[in-house]
Amino acid sequence: MKLDSNSENHKKKRWGMIVGIDKNMITVQFKGTLKQNEVGYAVLKGCRLKSEVIRIMGDKADLQVFEETRGLKRGDLVEFTDELLSVELGPGLLGRVFDGLQNPLNELVEKGGFFLPRGTYLTALPDDVRWIFTPRVRPGDSVEAADIIGTVPESIFIHKIMVPFYLSGRYQVIDIAEPGTYRKNEQIALLKDGRGGRIPLSMSFQWPIKIPVSLYRERLDPVEPLITRIRIIDTFFPVAKGGTYCIPGPFGAGKTVLQQITSRNAEVNVVIIAACGERAGEVVETIREFPRVTDPVTGKSLMERTIIICNTSSMPLAARESSVYTAVTLGEYYRQMGLHVLLLADSTSRWAQAMRERSGRLEEIPGEEAFPAYLESIVANLYERAGLVSLKDGTMGSVTICGTVSPAGGNFEEPVTQATLKVVGAFHGLSRERSDARRYPAIDPLESWSNYRGIIDIDTRNRILKLISRANEIDQMMKVVGEEGISLDDYLLYLQGNFIDSVYLQQNAFDRVDSATSSERQIKVFSLLMDILDTPLSVKNKEEARTYFGKLRQIFLDYNSSSEGSVEFHENERRIKDIVVEHQGDTSQVGKTSLRSVLVESDLDSHFRRSTSMKATGNGSLTIQKEEDEKDIR
Amino acid sequence: MRRISDKIIQISGNVIMVLAPGVKYGELALVSSERGDSFAEIIRIEEERVYLQVFSGSIGISTGDKVTFLGHEMRVHFSKNLLGRVFDGTGRPRDGRPSLNENLIQVSGSTVNPVKRIIPSRMIHTGIPMIDMFNSLVESQKISIFTTPGEPYNELLVRVALQAKVDITILGGMGLRYDDYLFLKNTLERDGALSRSVLFIHTAADPVVECLMVPDLSLAVAERFALNGERVLVLLTDMKNFCDALKEIAIIMEHVPSNRGYPGDLYSQLASRYEKAVDFEDFGSVTILSVTTMPGDDITHPVPDNTGYITEGQYYLTNKRIEPFGSLSRLKQFVNENTREDHRSLMDTMVQLYAFYQDTKEKKAMGFRMSSWDNKLLKYGNLFERDLMDLSVNMPLKDALDRGWGILAECFEREETGLRTELVNKFWPKEMILCHGEDQTYQDSTEKRKRQPEAL
Repeated sequence: MKLDSNSENHKKKRWGMIVGIDKNMITVQFKGTLKQNEVGYAVLKGCRLKSEVIRIMGDKADLQVFEETRGLKRGDLVEFTDELLSVELGPGLLGRVFDGLQNPLNELVEKGGFFLPRGTYLTALPDDVRWIFTPRVRPGDSVEAADIIGTVPESIFIHKIMVPFYLSGRYQVIDIAEPGTYRKNEQIALLKDGRGGRIPLSMSFQWPIKIPVSLYRERLDPVEPLITRIRIIDTFFPVAKGGTYCIPGPFGAGKTVLQQITSRNAEVNVVIIAACGERAGEVVETIREFPRVTDPVTGKSLMERTIIICNTSSMPLAARESSVYTAVTLGEYYRQMGLHVLLLADSTSRWAQAMRERSGRLEEIPGEEAFPAYLESIVANLYERAGLVSLKDGTMGSVTICGTVSPAGGNFEEPVTQATLKVVGAFHGLSRERSDARRYPAIDPLESWSNYRGIIDIDTRNRILKLISRANEIDQMMKVVGEEGISLDDYLLYLQGNFIDSVYLQQNAFDRVDSATSSERQIKVFSLLMDILDTPLSVKNKEEARTYFGKLRQIFLDYNSSSEGSVEFHENERRIKDIVVEHQGDTSQVGKTSLRSVLVESDLDSHFRRSTSMKATGNGSLTIQKEEDEKDIR
Repeated sequence: MRRISDKIIQISGNVIMVLAPGVKYGELALVSSERGDSFAEIIRIEEERVYLQVFSGSIGISTGDKVTFLGHEMRVHFSKNLLGRVFDGTGRPRDGRPSLNENLIQVSGSTVNPVKRIIPSRMIHTGIPMIDMFNSLVESQKISIFTTPGEPYNELLVRVALQAKVDITILGGMGLRYDDYLFLKNTLERDGALSRSVLFIHTAADPVVECLMVPDLSLAVAERFALNGERVLVLLTDMKNFCDALKEIAIIMEHVPSNRGYPGDLYSQLASRYEKAVDFEDFGSVTILSVTTMPGDDITHPVPDNTGYITEGQYYLTNKRIEPFGSLSRLKQFVNENTREDHRSLMDTMVQLYAFYQDTKEKKAMGFRMSSWDNKLLKYGNLFERDLMDLSVNMPLKDALDRGWGILAECFEREETGLRTELVNKFWPKEMILCHGEDQTYQDSTEKRKRQPEAL
């Protein structure tokens, strides 16, 4: 596969002529050869509209235009470029905001003011920045694609300048630049291929976004947890570096807030946010706040480890499809430098919808809910670009992909959710019920699952999840038989479940301290929680039990929002322990029964199980259970 | 240069097809038939065949009628003279006053660059506690009222129009019943708000294509006012009709339907309108409050569902009340920490307790014995519904917050609410307010609701 664009420049420009226009799709008549997914520019008075070939039939090709097509007419010319849709890779990506085609949005302000000017494209990397280059190779060295030839400092990292990914085979270094400052387009090295051809290199190169970068030694099993500092995720439904996970949820359940918190707190090197077809307002907060927030790890602003790819809902549809690929390609580029990258895509449903619209316009035979039949394979291909890899120099790098899914009607049976579930390693299902009850983050502990190892061992994790599930059953039962209809033991279980929910699963995103819990603190608090649950309790009746847990909850919430090591932190911890000791029973009857009953699967389980519940079973495989009567989340 | 075609080859639904070389996509044409002239817009070009959607519908159009291409896209007049005027879905006056033909602006506009957007920070006070206190309306927000036919949504809308503190109100009516149109217009007129309003009205009797233009006209004008430094509130009712018009055209154009007949691009279509809500830094702003009726109260219907993913929240109007569940203002957290320190915590706690009340009510309906806690919840729920939820309640935010603490104090002990101790110490009413109306029952609040039209 030859992807070098420079060598093609001598070719004559090829032109086509528009013969049809339907919304953002144009039909073009052409002569000679044409590549699938080649980029073309429709020429409109005063500007050129970027478009991509999506179907070729005889001497006509369908192109999707990445802009509004108003004003085009039959007979207008299209200039073909012979290049696939690509992004520019090199120093200067961090901290920037791009659209789905890697146009820098801040720079576009100078051209269009408040609005996005049509048909204006700028280079992604700044031309005029001078980078301090340090060579890593010497003339005579043998190199191949992705080998490091030098470094430049870029914000918080040492950015590695690599041999362009598209060069195949081995090359000999003939010349390498002296240490010094260079602009991105200046030649920094000269290579010689086997046949004596000379290839000049600069610090940046192009790579087609739809082709995965796979220049690593081997792909590894993702075992190391990726700490998000969100308790319910890290403790119960962990994510791994190089893993994939998805967050489906009906609107208003808090998908975006959850991703925003993750982008702030996740312990990774680079965060790439792909705002794909969602509201513009949602990225604004990130764009405006991040430069002012200090990252505790690096001591610099959060923006310096962040790249935002922003193709919001009113921006051109076709660019929405490419935005996700652009984001993942940038992620793969940084992974090649031995960094850990987290890609947050919000929302993959909008991305899939863009494909649906295109497919409809091409009049392809529709699959389920009019999504194209190839939806599943495309979703799978995208998530498979994640991964933990060991590079040729022995260092490790990873791309972790988190996609939110916005299922139509909040119904998880729909095609995009289902296609996604098949290929991810963890599932954080958000529920309307929980968000209505203001239980944030609204990750449903009964439906979510994770196949990754976290900071708490799996048995303990499952034991508590079982307790929560049991508590939920009892809650359902109480709705039928009333509070008086259940035993004190069951009632205690119910209270315990509720207690864990309100003091551990729920987390206040607006509280300075509570919004992010370090893994150390999680382990500490979790063990305190376990102590409380394991302590046998002496209460005489339900009223007393409720008061006990109510009091405990109040202090625990204060405990959660007091910063670690502070006076009130210790004070609250002491008060919690005091209350527990105060109510400790000498006969451990009650406690024992509760724990035992948790472990015994009850007959009622199947009756009160939620509509579609998916749980990781012991061996990691999935069991899916459905019940007819309660299909919709609502 | 004007091109003229006098042979219409195909007439299907409201879409006609003519042979016309050299016309531009999106261009406007004038179709002259014996019923008069009507605008039409090019929606597809296929070789020489040009498809146009005819705004006034295709009834009476003959294959021999003349189609004149105007060489420009849809435009609308813009100046201060718009204020106080009523137009139809193509921008023609509906109020019998002269039409405005100068100073025309393009209806289709560019997208706002995301990096030029700013974090919303100004609340729009409406005097409705369920909005101000529980789901604040914020300048530059786009939010929809989800409701069902028969609910007083237009009453609510016009009340917001009258009480919201903005510079200009633009009302876009789609598929309105004629008496609804008169109600909206007359209410604005009576309260003197018409002089700072512009109305674009499409009634149910008008041709369906004109309905499609209403949001675009309203928002194009709103955007211009905002760029001139005005704070504009755009009210759109009812967006369900807009979506149905989209569906109609899509089906005529033989687009593959995606969900219940709606076109696959419904989301993008709605988004490109709602995303016009914006705050131009150092200039004005556009805030959108729309109405979306849900057939059969079904929130999973494609229209409310797609809307919910686009708007920054929704007010769920049901049983003549804005329900705290299902209602959500996604931007409230930007403003309610600057109102009063207790606002956010109090709001969350009250909603959580109201959720408990709902459970208890269910239990009670099934005939279970009520515990003392249950009784407290029942009392709380009734007071909450009567004093804050009822649509006739009209009070500034500060009073609503105080009333919230009052209700809590009437029903619970200090430590039962789960509120942070420091807040309780500061805001818990010092002396017990006597429970006026402890035995308030449902009939009372129903009665009160009946009285509501006067209050409006």
